[in-house]
Amino acid sequence: MLARTAENLFWLARYMERADYLARLLQVAGHMNSVRVDSDRNSEWESAIVASGCRVGYFASHAEAAESQVIQYLAFDRDNPSSIANCIEISRRNARAVRTALTSDMWEAVNGTWQEFAGFQDASGDPDRLAAFLDWLKARVRLFHGVSTNDMLRRDEYCFVRIGQFLERADNTARLLDVKYHVRLPQATDVGGVVDYYQWLAILRVVGARRAYRVLFKGQVESVHVAELLISRTEFPRSLVFCYRQLTQHLDAIQDQSPQLTAEAKRQAHSLYAQLRFARIDHIISGGLHEYLTSIVQQTDELGSQIARGHLFQS
Amino acid sequence: MESDRPVFDEMGWPQEVRPPYALVDAWLKSLPRDQLDLKRREAEVLFRRIGITFAVYSQGGDPERLIPFDLIPRVLAQAEWQRLRAGLEQRTRALNAFIHDVYHDREIVRAGLVPERLVLHNAQFRPEMAGLDLPGGIYSHIAGIDMVRTGPDEYFVLEDNCRTPSGVSYMMENREVMLRLFPDLFRQNQVAPIAHYPDELLATLRSVAPPNCQGEPHIVLLTPGIYNSAYYEHAFLADEMGIDLVEGADLLVRNDICYMRTTSGLQRVDVIYRRIDDDYLDPLVFRADSTLGVPGLHFANRAGNVTLTNAVGAGIADDKAVYIHVPEMVRFYLGEEPLLRNVPTHDCSDPQQLRYVLEHLHELVVKAVHGSGGYGMLVGPHASRSELEAFRTLLKARPHEYIAQPTLALSTVPTFVEAGIAPRHVDLRPFVLSGADRVRVVPGGLTRVALKEGSLVVNSSQGGGTKDTWVLED
Repeated sequence: MLARTAENLFWLARYMERADYLARLLQVAGHMNSVRVDSDRNSEWESAIVASGCRVGYFASHAEAAESQVIQYLAFDRDNPSSIANCIEISRRNARAVRTALTSDMWEAVNGTWQEFAGFQDASGDPDRLAAFLDWLKARVRLFHGVSTNDMLRRDEYCFVRIGQFLERADNTARLLDVKYHVRLPQATDVGGVVDYYQWLAILRVVGARRAYRVLFKGQVESVHVAELLISRTEFPRSLVFCYRQLTQHLDAIQDQSPQLTAEAKRQAHSLYAQLRFARIDHIISGGLHEYLTSIVQQTDELGSQIARGHLFQS
Repeated sequence: MESDRPVFDEMGWPQEVRPPYALVDAWLKSLPRDQLDLKRREAEVLFRRIGITFAVYSQGGDPERLIPFDLIPRVLAQAEWQRLRAGLEQRTRALNAFIHDVYHDREIVRAGLVPERLVLHNAQFRPEMAGLDLPGGIYSHIAGIDMVRTGPDEYFVLEDNCRTPSGVSYMMENREVMLRLFPDLFRQNQVAPIAHYPDELLATLRSVAPPNCQGEPHIVLLTPGIYNSAYYEHAFLADEMGIDLVEGADLLVRNDICYMRTTSGLQRVDVIYRRIDDDYLDPLVFRADSTLGVPGLHFANRAGNVTLTNAVGAGIADDKAVYIHVPEMVRFYLGEEPLLRNVPTHDCSDPQQLRYVLEHLHELVVKAVHGSGGYGMLVGPHASRSELEAFRTLLKARPHEYIAQPTLALSTVPTFVEAGIAPRHVDLRPFVLSGADRVRVVPGGLTRVALKEGSLVVNSSQGGGTKDTWVLED
């Protein structure tokens, strides 16, 4: 398989996954904002910026995290390289470059998204249109993952799609959980208070885990359980351990005739997987959740570069 | 031949309907107008969704435009097609023999039939190819021969495209869309299938494996990338043939052997169907600033380790001044009488002919010898006074760069336009595949239609559209 094809498939899946995550962030930020009990209207929007990994870029050009500006920036701003608009654009560019590696339904899922997106450009100022847009986008990404699951031959091409998807998801989950570190509570004494509670709930909602939490932990939302769910519960498909299990499996499945080149990527993925698999959540929290998650984001980034080197995307 | 003669309508309008069109005529009469409108919109959605677009440079707006597709098919009877096909095969055999000769002993020049200047001073002449023997002696493996028609039995070759002719994906997708929209129509008419074109192309590419290839040749399609106007076609053909679509950066040459970079290391490549122009193919030999090509590819080619289709230097045969001599090539190389006619062409480099051209400019079509795509062209009868003057100056300054032809009364086919159904001028580009084993042609080709009333320019870059082309089985 052509190395460039692997690269394009990898980025195609990464950007589709990122677009979905951004849509979820915006949905939940809007929802949480409307049930807020104090007057700090910008807090949720700031969280969304932090959780998207766009903080530096955003505050370079904006003074405050006002609702309309954040929505515009994360969803439609062409100057933000990670906006939904650019995710769709880049996904489609990658898909176009590897049309021969895609099934026609996969291509139509990506191309149709790109075409229909033009009709939502004006949605940022209109709450109803925005809601419709975010729902539409999530459905389009589900369609993409659905057709790739059902249509693709189980060969290396498929593995690279999945690696892109789960590498991005691991990054997103780590950033999302870390958002609590950056978000201000009205007062320090509010830890464990109402606002704190709603913020943990919001995190669960972004990854669609409200119900999963109830099933696994019963009872009230507690930070330690949320962290456990998102870090080390193998049953939950957005947890870090789940993502890394997928990454190890797909990396192992790729047929490499150059074991010395790909060894390092595999070693890193398996090593992190083992750490996550046997992680103790009380140790993580006592050692500093923020430091732990920062390290995961860095290692995930490093793994991405290593995969690129190991499979000759870069030469 | 002259433009005031009544135009030949292939369906027979406004007189009696010609037999090949009987069922199409009945179909049109039975179809309510709004139905056709609806189907046209459906077709457009299909084309957009599949992503069959065509990039037009230097224009604002939608960077990925659709080529307008007309729903009314263009029909050829089996006997009409057989005559054409025999002529096309003959012509491409002669063209390939000519290119081979140009890069070997140049016997046709020595025989005094083609002026030496036309070969050696031609921008498309590649001295780097001299003396190299290619598999089967084939240079133009995929040729697009543009044909026009002026009467029931009058066909002319307008130009030969021997380099990297495009359009075959439209030929195939047009049929695909018609089959989806009007399945009944195909049940009533016996239309020769064309879906096997990619198989024929692959067989052709296989047949020209390089001398040093052992076993099954590994074939790839080399594209300039997604920003190329014909990118869709490159992806389409690679997909249909099940071969890799590669860019220059995916290939490399070591010790005169060409490889592609794969996730499992380097893999040897034997045949490259390249859709990159000669100039950009190898920065070590041709344009040094090319980032699209592969350094050393030409040497791999010369070493017999890789075959390039079409071969470097094949463009020598599709120059419009060389065109004048193609009928002579058929006689010289094949010892046969040409089955296809050329449009009578004035060579402006000849002072006597130039004088005639300047005197009759308002009734002639003037073309730049190296131009393509309908650019750098003057259609005398439709030109303004200032356009005529501009060309007069050009012709006097650089007569070698132009040829002139009478304006032909191109045949028309009924076409769906704003005002209803009306005749519009068409041409035909059949695709001729030449392998080391034999010549292959799928029935029909790409019909291009000038959508503007009275217009003779069918190029998609200038507002032309396309039609499905039917060859009826007997």
